[in-house]
Amino acid sequence: MKDQKSSSPMTGASILWECLEREGVKHVFGYPGGAILPAYDALKNSKIHHVLVRHEQGATHMADGYARASGQVGVAVATSGPGATNMVTGIATAMLDSSPIVCITGQVGSKLIGSDAFQETDITGVTLPITKHNYLVTHASEVAQTVREAFYVARSGRPGPVLIDITKDAQQTTCPFDWEAAAPQLPGYRPDLSPAPQEYDHALELIHHSKRPVILAGHGIIVSGAMREVRDFAERAGIPVALTLLGLGAFPASHPLNLGMMGMHGEAWVNHTIQEADLLLAFGMRFDDRVTGTLKTYAPNAKKIHIEIDPAEINKNVKVDVALVGDLREVLHELLPRIESIDRSEWLDSIDKLKGDSAVRDIQNLPDSGHLYAAHVINDLWRETREANTIVVTDVGQHQMWEAQYYHHERPRSLVTSGGLGTMGFALPAAIGAKVACPEAEVWVVVGDGGFQMTMCELATMVQENLKIHIAIINNGYLGMVRQWQEFFYEKNYQATPLLNPDFAKLAEAYGIRSMTVSERSQVVPAVQSARKHDGPVLINFKVEQEDSVYPMVAAGAALHEMIRRPSKIVETAADE
Amino acid sequence: MLNTFVVYVENKPGVLTRVASLFRRRAFNIDSLTVGRTEKPEVSRMTITVDADRDQARRIEANLYKLVNVLLVENITNQPSIVRDLAMIRVAATHGARSHVLELASVFRARVVDVSTESLTIEITGGEDKIDGLLEVLRPYGVLEMVRTGIVAMRRGSKSSDAATAVGAVAQETTGDDVSYSV
Repeated sequence: MKDQKSSSPMTGASILWECLEREGVKHVFGYPGGAILPAYDALKNSKIHHVLVRHEQGATHMADGYARASGQVGVAVATSGPGATNMVTGIATAMLDSSPIVCITGQVGSKLIGSDAFQETDITGVTLPITKHNYLVTHASEVAQTVREAFYVARSGRPGPVLIDITKDAQQTTCPFDWEAAAPQLPGYRPDLSPAPQEYDHALELIHHSKRPVILAGHGIIVSGAMREVRDFAERAGIPVALTLLGLGAFPASHPLNLGMMGMHGEAWVNHTIQEADLLLAFGMRFDDRVTGTLKTYAPNAKKIHIEIDPAEINKNVKVDVALVGDLREVLHELLPRIESIDRSEWLDSIDKLKGDSAVRDIQNLPDSGHLYAAHVINDLWRETREANTIVVTDVGQHQMWEAQYYHHERPRSLVTSGGLGTMGFALPAAIGAKVACPEAEVWVVVGDGGFQMTMCELATMVQENLKIHIAIINNGYLGMVRQWQEFFYEKNYQATPLLNPDFAKLAEAYGIRSMTVSERSQVVPAVQSARKHDGPVLINFKVEQEDSVYPMVAAGAALHEMIRRPSKIVETAADE
Repeated sequence: MLNTFVVYVENKPGVLTRVASLFRRRAFNIDSLTVGRTEKPEVSRMTITVDADRDQARRIEANLYKLVNVLLVENITNQPSIVRDLAMIRVAATHGARSHVLELASVFRARVVDVSTESLTIEITGGEDKIDGLLEVLRPYGVLEMVRTGIVAMRRGSKSSDAATAVGAVAQETTGDDVSYSV
């Protein structure tokens, strides 16, 4: 069949779907419109399932969630002009978190380009700085090779978003289709780098001489599939592991060497450990300002080894002593046989001592005041779903940090969250993408009442696609993280942060989604259990303490060890006074 | 410190924008950028000068390589190289001043390419210092118009042909990685 197809001429639109199928695409997330109509017309002959979204931003987040949950390239489709520009936020989100997505946009006819035609936008120009690469296709004969190159670029090296803008005439006209002849030709693209042998020697020397080493585990571990290798490395060398937000799940939370999350809202002992270390081993992470605090005082006594696939990340934020540029899994394969087992119990014991004080301040250990705290919700959710094949998809803000602190991820790709760009509105559409990619997984959306309202139109997509997704709204009636900053740094001047919310239960009802409202801690577990038993999507509105804050917190620009800690007494609501 | 990069890129639409956009996005200031054809029709060559310290120069190189259409980057700042800028300068040269201007042009080995009753147009090729020097001495006579190309550069000796070969090799096969990123 394939050979027959290659001999007879096909339209650019048919070639597009044929190539997507050959790239392994099973689902695309899209929204039709004038300039992409020829492609939609040709969709009837394709085996690919099209998910109709309600806003193109949702399509990109779905493709992103699909990619993060499965490791496969996610695909989003939109028309020209506003369809394409609506994708911008989702593309930038994927770019900053190295998520492999391919966005396909229609474009006005090639003869009309530059004429300000109806729904014309220079989307390749607009997305230039937020894509790994992008293409403008003006001839049917360019479609096949462009699609092949786009998928190759999106998923290889440090993954990222690629946009293909296809003019209407390139979709409509015909040309012979030859898959073999359309192989990628990217003479300047070199995603497979590997370190020089002397770099390994230097790294091993630092590792073996170190008394207080820490592994900083990032997203690169999951992208590279190096979970096993990192675990072997940590166990053999006896080195504790601190994780970035996107690294959560790369190393089992229950592992004795796991310290937890580092950075702005990392646990106090984790940040102290980093500050006291004499060696940092950065595995697939990029020293983002949210994990380092001010660079002036960052890990002042530590040598640094950076294993990273993107050479442009080396010495960008933090000067390192050794850089091993390459695929993390391959680099660790080289290092592992040469790692000596060293007793570092003194160092591990001293880290344990740092934990002592933190446990007392933990909200889980404070007396039950009858109030519902977000941390309670997340922790109970974790207890109930930990044994299942669960994917938690979060939005951005306080609930995201509480999720990171109180949901203990054991497996990679069990947390999907927007880290680098911090895109509110990410959770619901990304969860739809994750559920489409992994239908057998139990998918939970953990989202704030603010972010949920940014993309809640995708509830309709979820229902139309018959997806059983659980939505936990952590509802505090505020844009909580902004309110927290106003509390700490702007003298409680709560400008534009209190929210008037709709009745989320009725809203869910309007979409035919079962809903529950929970405002007491004792109701959390029964609600979660009831949602899991229900055959269909459920929305739970958790009405939590309004003015709680995420602790500890490293203020922007402060040193990593200078944390704002939770006051011992819990904040009471105004209603109780 | 002024760094000079020679950048080989695929000769495709939009590549200049990608390179220029990279410098803007990463907040590096381009001092001069020239682009033109090479001996291979599928390859264009850019000479970019940019003010950057050593670490910044390394980051610029690494970021240029992230552009899919960039084939080869060479920082030739500290290497023996030929650097040329071309300027055309129209200078006021009325009857009395004319011979002085002609004399200065000949001292700088510049050529007069256009003559009118009120002015002379002088073409000069050379390093930027040399052109700045001529400009300085012509200024008192009245510089009416000037245009400069920005510099083009090439390494001295056989090294530059190595680079050209490297581009050829890269252009033919997608593998073949001889670029080292050690720090």
